[in-house]
Amino acid sequence: MSEKKWLKWGDPDMELLISRIMRYGIVLASTIVIIGCVTFLIKYGSTQPQYSKFVGQPEQFTNVSGIISSLNSMNGRGLIEFGLLVLIAIPVLRVAFSIVSFMVEKDRTYVLITCIVFALLLFSLFGQQ
Amino acid sequence: MTDYLEFTFLIFAGALSAGLLGSLSGLGGGVIIVPLLTLVFKVDIHYAIGASLIAVIATSTGAASAFVKEGYSNIRIAMFLEMATTLGAIVGAFVAKDLSPGTIAIIFGCMLIYSSFASLTEPKFPADFKVSKLAARLKMNGNYPSPDGPRPYKVYNIFGGFSLMTVAGILSGLLGIGSGAVKVLAMDKVMKIPFKVSTATSNFMIGVTAAASAGIYLHRGYIDPAISMSVMLGALAGSIIGARYMVRVRVKSLRYIFAVVIFALAAEMIYNGVTHKFG
Repeated sequence: MSEKKWLKWGDPDMELLISRIMRYGIVLASTIVIIGCVTFLIKYGSTQPQYSKFVGQPEQFTNVSGIISSLNSMNGRGLIEFGLLVLIAIPVLRVAFSIVSFMVEKDRTYVLITCIVFALLLFSLFGQQ
Repeated sequence: MTDYLEFTFLIFAGALSAGLLGSLSGLGGGVIIVPLLTLVFKVDIHYAIGASLIAVIATSTGAASAFVKEGYSNIRIAMFLEMATTLGAIVGAFVAKDLSPGTIAIIFGCMLIYSSFASLTEPKFPADFKVSKLAARLKMNGNYPSPDGPRPYKVYNIFGGFSLMTVAGILSGLLGIGSGAVKVLAMDKVMKIPFKVSTATSNFMIGVTAAASAGIYLHRGYIDPAISMSVMLGALAGSIIGARYMVRVRVKSLRYIFAVVIFALAAEMIYNGVTHKFG
């Protein structure tokens, strides 16, 4: 798309683009989770789950960089966690796009408001490592 | 004893029904998923809440993309109120760490009872039609499509709505639910935003609110891949089927049945919480 068209975008077109991105995001996240699910079940399908007591996840699967680096080993659990991460990223991206949208409209108040929301989301995802 | 294959399949089927019931009753899948996992599958409540958050993000994102197209959701109102809900969600997720599973179950039960009443009755709020200068300054007043062309609306009582949204955020982070009922209450009843705009905007906000607590739940190891995958895929499938084929069967008697089911689940959650069955 050309630079000129991008700048001309008002709210409705931006919203339509965002809604399309969200839909693709859901399909992508589900696909990754399904692949991970199959990989996981092939390996562990006949073992017994133990969920009545909380033990938590291996360290590796509790942060973004750990999950991404686990993809090298094509491990089922890692793939599923990555798919879930893609899912969590959709609303975060959604907010990031809104910042751009308000910038295009030169609405400073809402650029600030949206940046606050974005910062809170980033804090939740990356803030406690 | 069941193995992973059977466990995954059963949870998938359960989440599918929860997603269906959620979209049929308008309560969202989250309120049913946690009781289902804890009471039926005996899953620890932390895992249940983590998986439920994932389901909430999946279903609300799916629905929001449809709502945005129709032009009902108001992105300015959503962003402004999301400051309250995301902050609340982070606080709720931090508080959840220090509460015992029993206490969380009791709070959850109370929330369920509120939701089941809210789905049947129309809560009444004193009409406060003071024109909000802040709403005009923040450009929140808008238009929504109607058969007679765009119809304008005004937003009232921003501070009341903002406070109630903080509560909605805390509940969402604490219990892993979308708190759609509280969000619609804040917008529709307190801020006097038209119902269709309220529901569409609320749906858009639910995913962002849930994402704000999901990050923290992930760090604590509450998001288990095996449980979350079946819950996510099941709830998503259920809500898609529900939205596509059954929007028209929102019969009143069905809503009464759901209300009774949810009330029973609430009673069992509270009972198990009080008797320390959840640990």
